[in-house]
Amino acid sequence: MATTEIPALTHTAAPVLKSGRRGKSDLTTALIFIAPAMVGFIVFYLVPTIRGLYLSFTSYDLFGSPVWIGLTNYVKIAQDKLFWNAMAVTGEYVVINIVFQTIFALGLALLMYHVAKSTLVRGALLLPYLIANVIVALLWFWMLDYQIGIVNQVIEWLGLPRVAFFGSGTWAIPTIAFINVWRHMGYTALLLFAGLQAIPHHVYEVAALDGAGPWKTFWKITMPLLRPVMVLVLVVTVIGSFQIFDTVAVTTGGGPVNASRVIQLYIYDKAFTEQDFGYASALSVILFAILGVVAFLQMKFLRGNESELG
Amino acid sequence: MTTTQRREAVLAGPANRGTRRRASPTGHPRRPVSWGRVSAWAVLILAILVTVVPFLWMIRTALSSNHSLAANSASLLPADFSWGAFKRVFGMQSPEEAIAQGGSGAAINFWLYLRNSFVVSTMITVAQVFFSALAAYAFARLQWRGRDKVFTLFLATLLVPPIFTALPNFLLIKNLGLLNTFLGIALPTMLMTPFAIFFLRQFFLGMSREMEEAAKLDGANHLRIFFQIVTPNAVGPIATLSLLTFIAAWNDYFWPLLVGQDEKVRVLTVGLSVFKSQSPQGAPDWSGLMAATLVAALPILLLFLAFGKKVVNSIGFSGIK
Repeated sequence: MATTEIPALTHTAAPVLKSGRRGKSDLTTALIFIAPAMVGFIVFYLVPTIRGLYLSFTSYDLFGSPVWIGLTNYVKIAQDKLFWNAMAVTGEYVVINIVFQTIFALGLALLMYHVAKSTLVRGALLLPYLIANVIVALLWFWMLDYQIGIVNQVIEWLGLPRVAFFGSGTWAIPTIAFINVWRHMGYTALLLFAGLQAIPHHVYEVAALDGAGPWKTFWKITMPLLRPVMVLVLVVTVIGSFQIFDTVAVTTGGGPVNASRVIQLYIYDKAFTEQDFGYASALSVILFAILGVVAFLQMKFLRGNESELG
Repeated sequence: MTTTQRREAVLAGPANRGTRRRASPTGHPRRPVSWGRVSAWAVLILAILVTVVPFLWMIRTALSSNHSLAANSASLLPADFSWGAFKRVFGMQSPEEAIAQGGSGAAINFWLYLRNSFVVSTMITVAQVFFSALAAYAFARLQWRGRDKVFTLFLATLLVPPIFTALPNFLLIKNLGLLNTFLGIALPTMLMTPFAIFFLRQFFLGMSREMEEAAKLDGANHLRIFFQIVTPNAVGPIATLSLLTFIAAWNDYFWPLLVGQDEKVRVLTVGLSVFKSQSPQGAPDWSGLMAATLVAALPILLLFLAFGKKVVNSIGFSGIK
């Protein structure tokens, strides 16, 4: 299953065929071509979505069959301290991750655009994104080790006290957030870079003629024109960020205590450690709903579907 | 392309007083050294160092002896150079030897995980790209009622978080008796992903129709057109998509963790987390761990070295103007 893969959400309708020559519909052929993908769609996307919704109203421990219990799971969740903790922890992660990732990526995209368009530079910055989360997590787990990790070594040279990056409740989430900033920064920068390249150059020329300096040009021209791409990038990265799992699972495992027990890890624990599939399904329905609302609000308030270019 | 040309045309004009870029006689903008440019490069180089140095640190640690790491925690070269970590990871050391060198002594075999990752990723890539290409062709080129509605429905699945479908899919794979089989790990993404269909449909829409029309006049059916005309002309995008699909499959952790715990089918990402959890507490086997991550990352690093340009250029929002 792919993680957040550049889902370019705009799709233009295919131009209607002018095949007046034949005129008739290709329905039979189309059915043959589309059959395998259709089976995949129904069996692994559509039915599981409905089944997940159904399971959230049941009690199910993998033995026997699910028992309908109405809204009980949702009522329990509302009173579940660990759920609210998971939401708070995930929220903290998303905010730190997205804020820094977006700022760094925008900076890098501008640098690539103005200074170095070379594929080599872009390739180097993209590299961490292509390496598995698990690998990246373990690499940083080693470099940030309290005893002999190189980062703490450097911190000590600077005369500062060592930091228990994964061992302290305060640091665990910011540390994990920064690991993923490191992994996603270059990728996000490339998406924004593509957006920058799509801005027609004549608007910059006009701004230059009017005597606008770089600072003013950035805020009055670049940012407004980049907005549709920026909103799309934010929607995609925020949705991905909420589903943080791999990095936490292989480093802190949710600890210390529950300081990094993010929502997806909590769902995993409920389903596979406690075998409470109904409850876990209800949790994932809530996550799904939150993602939907967040995406909707972002599109609405950042007006992602309108372009200043008209 | 056009932007560069246009920029140069304008840069030659009077508006450009040349503080930032000036067109040189050869037509390439000459860039005078300025503090802004120097500091911009400095930041860029810093970013590249921050990106690349951790990987060098991974290699350096993997080639060190675990016991020497603590005493030489900051030396840039491997501490007490040794291949021991790799031997440990590939199960080529006896348990006693492994423990003596700082390992856990538990049986671990990354050859097996490497093979398993190859099997699973190849199954997913070949099947997913093939079936998605067929569907993408039907969405881009064939004429049938409800086509665009079905396509929108397919795309909408991009919004469903993987964890949401993962629980019911786990039940399905379990009921089919496919837990701990390669097919169980690969099946959910073998038939389609919305991204793959979207990606190829975009390309097919942009292809010239002439050859297809000519073949149609000669009486070729769609199956022949697809295999003999469309596919050969789409080798580039199909290769790019295959690369992206392979990397995504190789890197996936959550799904194989759910359905492929058994050693027989364990893929690298799951193997890594098992290896980490077996590592002796207190004095972890860092060299072994880094050797293992290097083994897991190497195939992707090599793919990237060979085809990096394709991957880099494929990233962007194809639909946005």
